Amino acid sequence: MIRYTLRRLVAVVGVLIAVAAVTFTIFYVLPSDPAAAACGKSCSTERLEAIRAHMGLDEPVWRQFWDFVSGIFTGRTMGSGRYTLHCHFPCLGYSYENSEAVWDLLVDRLPVSASLALGAAVLWLVLGLSAGVVAALRKDTLVDRALMVGAVGAASLPVYFTSMMLIYGLIRVAGLLPYPRYVSFADDPAHWASNLLLPWLALALLYAAMYARQSRSSMIETMAEPYIRTARAKGLPRRTVVVKHGLRAGMTPLLTLFGMDLGGLLAGAVITESLFGLPGIGRLFYGALTTGDQPVILGVTLLAATFIVVANLAVDLLYAVVDPRVRL
Amino acid sequence: MSSPAPEPLAPEAAPLSTASGRPGQLVRRELRRRGSVKISLVIIGLFLVMAAAAPLLSALGGWSPDAFDKSAVDPYLGGTPLGPLGGISADHWLGVEPVTGRDLFARVVHGAQVSLLIALTATAIVVVTGTAAGIAAGYFGGRTDALLSRLMDLTMSFPSLIFMIAMMSVAKDVNRILLMTAVIGLFGWPGVARVVRGQTLSLKHREYVDAARVGGSGPWRILTRDVLPGVAGPVIAYTTLIIPGMIATEAALSYLGVGVRPPTPSWGQMIAESVSFYDTDPMYFVIPSACLFLTVLAFTLLGDALRDVLDPRGSRA
Repeated sequence: MIRYTLRRLVAVVGVLIAVAAVTFTIFYVLPSDPAAAACGKSCSTERLEAIRAHMGLDEPVWRQFWDFVSGIFTGRTMGSGRYTLHCHFPCLGYSYENSEAVWDLLVDRLPVSASLALGAAVLWLVLGLSAGVVAALRKDTLVDRALMVGAVGAASLPVYFTSMMLIYGLIRVAGLLPYPRYVSFADDPAHWASNLLLPWLALALLYAAMYARQSRSSMIETMAEPYIRTARAKGLPRRTVVVKHGLRAGMTPLLTLFGMDLGGLLAGAVITESLFGLPGIGRLFYGALTTGDQPVILGVTLLAATFIVVANLAVDLLYAVVDPRVRL
Repeated sequence: MSSPAPEPLAPEAAPLSTASGRPGQLVRRELRRRGSVKISLVIIGLFLVMAAAAPLLSALGGWSPDAFDKSAVDPYLGGTPLGPLGGISADHWLGVEPVTGRDLFARVVHGAQVSLLIALTATAIVVVTGTAAGIAAGYFGGRTDALLSRLMDLTMSFPSLIFMIAMMSVAKDVNRILLMTAVIGLFGWPGVARVVRGQTLSLKHREYVDAARVGGSGPWRILTRDVLPGVAGPVIAYTTLIIPGMIATEAALSYLGVGVRPPTPSWGQMIAESVSFYDTDPMYFVIPSACLFLTVLAFTLLGDALRDVLDPRGSRA
């Protein structure tokens, strides 16, 4: 188990470096000149050269990449002379826009995105799994049909559509909820939840629909297994059979899905956060896109990749705990 | 969607296993029994015709997608469309865009062209590369498999949507439609490749494949004649099920403003523009959203049915 974990951790670092390399190559090799963008319209040649040198853009690409990667582990000093900046560990560079350290920007915004993602995940797991299991246990009844028709429909709605409908229905017309405004959990948990409820719903609906479909088919398959029949035949109450024997095996395949979705949730957050005006990483990313702030784009991409590989690793390790057949 | 009553078995109907000849007929009969297949095929057909005949249809409606019609909007009300339901009239069949007065029917139809062209081409790229990689990895095994599997893992570790957004926003002077197709296609292939690899592994040592090998068939012939038909079923089902995701991805990119550039319309972009008018002109929001919803729904229903028929054991596990 420990050896396996260590081996996987090494692989994770390898994958992240590869992701960084590809991202770096694309953004820095493509014909765009961040120095000129930072310098503005009326820009003298010397000033442009100074900015280039400060950004490290006068170095060869491999050198820039090496500086970038080693900066993550050891911190680095950028520029020279009057423009010297020390970027502390873990250094992801400085934003072109407001000269803040990218790492600090990310850390600053992380609580908002994490609140959004985790709340939505809890909501969609509860909604999706219960709908899926109920539909599976009442297979081919009216309840099953209604739930599945609803799930197919909900799975076809894009996040921004759901968001707009919720904003229109619950805020404008019914006036039930306030327009979301992020409140830190530490400050006021009740307000934190009531403000995030709408974004949670908007983000969770699509996933809940997908999980309902998946968990239904997985549960139906499990309930047809011989060991379930054995459990029933030896006289266990139906409840015990479903909960103890059925759910555990039926829900395990969804773990993989959950890991991938949770890791990829940052992308969904880009749309949700900008629609609901939440100051999270998604909106930071969107802002960086419009201004061409490459260090921030690179930083968010790396962070998102980290989430994905770490979530996948966590799921693989969890499998060993949940599924007794898996030996690492 | 009520399921049709099961047809009474005609006395001459043979048992399924030996049923009349070719497997294609069997599949078609199974599909025809499902009501959802008919509905989804009609919707998909409708949108495909719409996309293919876009210039013709908009000419029929009398408006080009980029023509402004100031007479259809009210300049004193911030350019809200005149008339009920977002300006639906004999002149503008689905109403007009606020402020500019561009014809929504023409824009939706041309949007279908862009959205479906990108989604379907990206799907084709994904399926062809994924199948090729999956068959190669499964059949040849060894180093080929190790290399391709690593590549799949790596591609799947990319935050694909974030990466797509970033790539689309950095690239400036290129053909947007081409770039978008390539970028969307780039990240989808590992899914198909995994399905195909698994299926190939299970087929590779079947008796009939061994027989072909003993009979002197070369690897190319075995792959195309014996293995490829065996993986076709799951691949077709999987393909139909990833199309909705492709359409949604295209829409999301266009929605975020990194997709096709205006004035070329696409559904996602139209929805993004309509968001700021949702209060004054809800129809502007509803029309492209409904198109997107219906297309995604139809492909999902069709994919479900195809999977049930072609790949009942679910080779994706």
